[in-house]
Amino acid sequence: MSAHGNTYVPKSALAKWFESRLPLIGLVHSSFVSFPVPRNLNYFWTFGAILIAMLVSQIVTGIWLAMHYDPSAANAFNSVEHIMRDVNYGWLLRYMHANGASMFFVAVYVHIFRALYYGSYKAPREVLYILGVIIYLLMMATAFLGYTLPWGQMSFWGATVITSILGAIPVVGETIQSLLWGGYSVGSPTLNRFFSLHYLLPFMITGVVVLHVWALHVTGQNNPAGIPIKSGKDAVAFTPYATVKDVFASVVFFAFFAYWIFYQPNYLGHADNYVPANPAVTPAHIVPEWYFLPFYAILRAVPDKLGGVILMFSAVLILALAPWLDTSRVRSCNYRPIYRQFFWLFLVVCVLLGWLGAKPPEGGYVIAARICTAYYFLHFLLVMPLVGLFETPKALPGSILETVTGPGKQVSGSGMPIGAAAAPSSKG
Amino acid sequence: MKTTRVLAASLLAAVMSVTVASADEGTPHPPREKWSFAGIFGRFDQAQLQRGFQVYKEVCSSCHGMSLVRFRNLAEAGGPGFSAGQVKELAAQYKVKEQNDAGEDVDRPARAADAFPSPFPNEKAAAAANGGKAPPDFSVLAKARTYERGFPLFVIDALPFVGYSEQGVDYIHALLNGYEDPPAGKEIPTGTYYNKYYAGHLIAMPKPISDGQVTYAKNDKGEPVVPETTEQYSHDVAAFMAWAAEPHMMARKALGLRVILFLLVLSGLLYYVKKKIWAKVGGEVHGLQPELHKTY
Repeated sequence: MSAHGNTYVPKSALAKWFESRLPLIGLVHSSFVSFPVPRNLNYFWTFGAILIAMLVSQIVTGIWLAMHYDPSAANAFNSVEHIMRDVNYGWLLRYMHANGASMFFVAVYVHIFRALYYGSYKAPREVLYILGVIIYLLMMATAFLGYTLPWGQMSFWGATVITSILGAIPVVGETIQSLLWGGYSVGSPTLNRFFSLHYLLPFMITGVVVLHVWALHVTGQNNPAGIPIKSGKDAVAFTPYATVKDVFASVVFFAFFAYWIFYQPNYLGHADNYVPANPAVTPAHIVPEWYFLPFYAILRAVPDKLGGVILMFSAVLILALAPWLDTSRVRSCNYRPIYRQFFWLFLVVCVLLGWLGAKPPEGGYVIAARICTAYYFLHFLLVMPLVGLFETPKALPGSILETVTGPGKQVSGSGMPIGAAAAPSSKG
Repeated sequence: MKTTRVLAASLLAAVMSVTVASADEGTPHPPREKWSFAGIFGRFDQAQLQRGFQVYKEVCSSCHGMSLVRFRNLAEAGGPGFSAGQVKELAAQYKVKEQNDAGEDVDRPARAADAFPSPFPNEKAAAAANGGKAPPDFSVLAKARTYERGFPLFVIDALPFVGYSEQGVDYIHALLNGYEDPPAGKEIPTGTYYNKYYAGHLIAMPKPISDGQVTYAKNDKGEPVVPETTEQYSHDVAAFMAWAAEPHMMARKALGLRVILFLLVLSGLLYYVKKKIWAKVGGEVHGLQPELHKTY
């Protein structure tokens, strides 16, 4: 897996024996212990660790919930209530899992916008970044499938809306739709296969996360200055420096997470989902979970169903093209005075789209959603290529160390032994 | 730089101008009531839950089921606090269907482990007896109802101490007090009633409760503890429904306090550990022979 030599030196005879047969400990050591981390990382760089913690939390609570959940249309709603009422700490498991999904998206959005601001998608990290977009897509699928499982009104009608828009895809749409439905409409077979897929996808996410970390191991982390590590003075070892920082940030994030679990467990959900699914009664407003709202706004901004579907999927997929749409060679927005403003504007537009996604698709809301949708795509297709061509970036610092200590200042020693770090390619 | 700011401002202005809040369709927001169980330190008022249960039993239960709540729940911690004996006695007043060894459905007195039997044999029967629509089950109704708060209130609602998550309970309380004479000229079709807080104002449920309808237990001196009014009944039954929808709420809030305090203390300690470790940066890290990733 590693493109580099191993830095791990086994001490005991058993460790030596094992390492010469499967260098697993060495792999972990080089990825999470001796891995050089830019010393100027800010707390936005702790969200990778937070996301891994959230993934583990979701998988663990999910496995336990599945022990008590019944994926049939007749019993799903009541089995969730059985978990809430009769299973020991079932309410805690369920609220952790439901709010955990939201917190997962909070963290992933911070992670994504961090990548966009600091240009983490640019060479040589394109593959690392695209793997991230794939994880995001898988997360969206998993979250959507999971939200149908309580089989409330919003579960049922959300599933109906989303599966029926897939039916708009030419040629294969109807086949996809009936495969998902397992019948002629959303019903018990749909719920059954959604449960199965909801259990499958997180393990696929885990697999892509391994690739994501692998790719990170090869290219190294970007940093707020957006310049590479040039000497050992620019870096610190992952353990203990990044490890302790990540653990601290994760605990703070879990305190935030706990607030939602214990004091606002239903805030991020919909009251309608406590009404059992009823195919005969359509809710007044069918609204997805908050993390899908910007895309829902884009879907509804287009008067044509197929057009809406295309635009909605494009809105996610266009993220993957960012490495080639951005023409600037400077990574970090800290040194891009013009693009930085467009970045914040883009963020505001995304939030506005989210707000519009929650509003009924009528009157001014539709017009506003169209303006924002247009801008969303223009940001990628026009702003990213053009600003890169015309902008004069600020002078980049000479080294990462300089951004920490100020230019010209010397520090004694370094985070890492200089000689070992200064000639990386000779070992690779 | 200036142009992007102008662009940003004009884009925002364009969005704002076309989304001038569309007016609510004439349904007033339920008034916000005081609830003992609201907030971080919120606890159910046992006496109130017992009164609320009495209202449910004597009034609401003739039409509304509560099929997910079991008799034993009434004696569990964090609830109305009935004794096990009281619950057994109460359950015995109800009949539940059971299949005997001959395969025949027979009635037997309910036990503490049974769920509350519903007033109608099934949803169709409930709908047929109530003008075409089954009265909703009470089990999670307090969580299944809400009203839109709008921006910026919905943001404030999420915050600690000023937060608000009792919209459903407030709505139920308001609805029970929302029956009034329709405005002049408003046509009220048969089988519907005018309610100020119901979306569209035409509700199929007739005014369910009026002053003095339920007689509460008196105190030692024979005086009423709380007024026997619709206002009080609706408070009590709404609180009871909040408990029915979330029977572990008190355990949740109590555990939450401990979990969050623990995490905050832990994060405080970790912060100093982190500071101490990072203070070493600039010094020498011993025993490391790392190679650097490729630089581009």
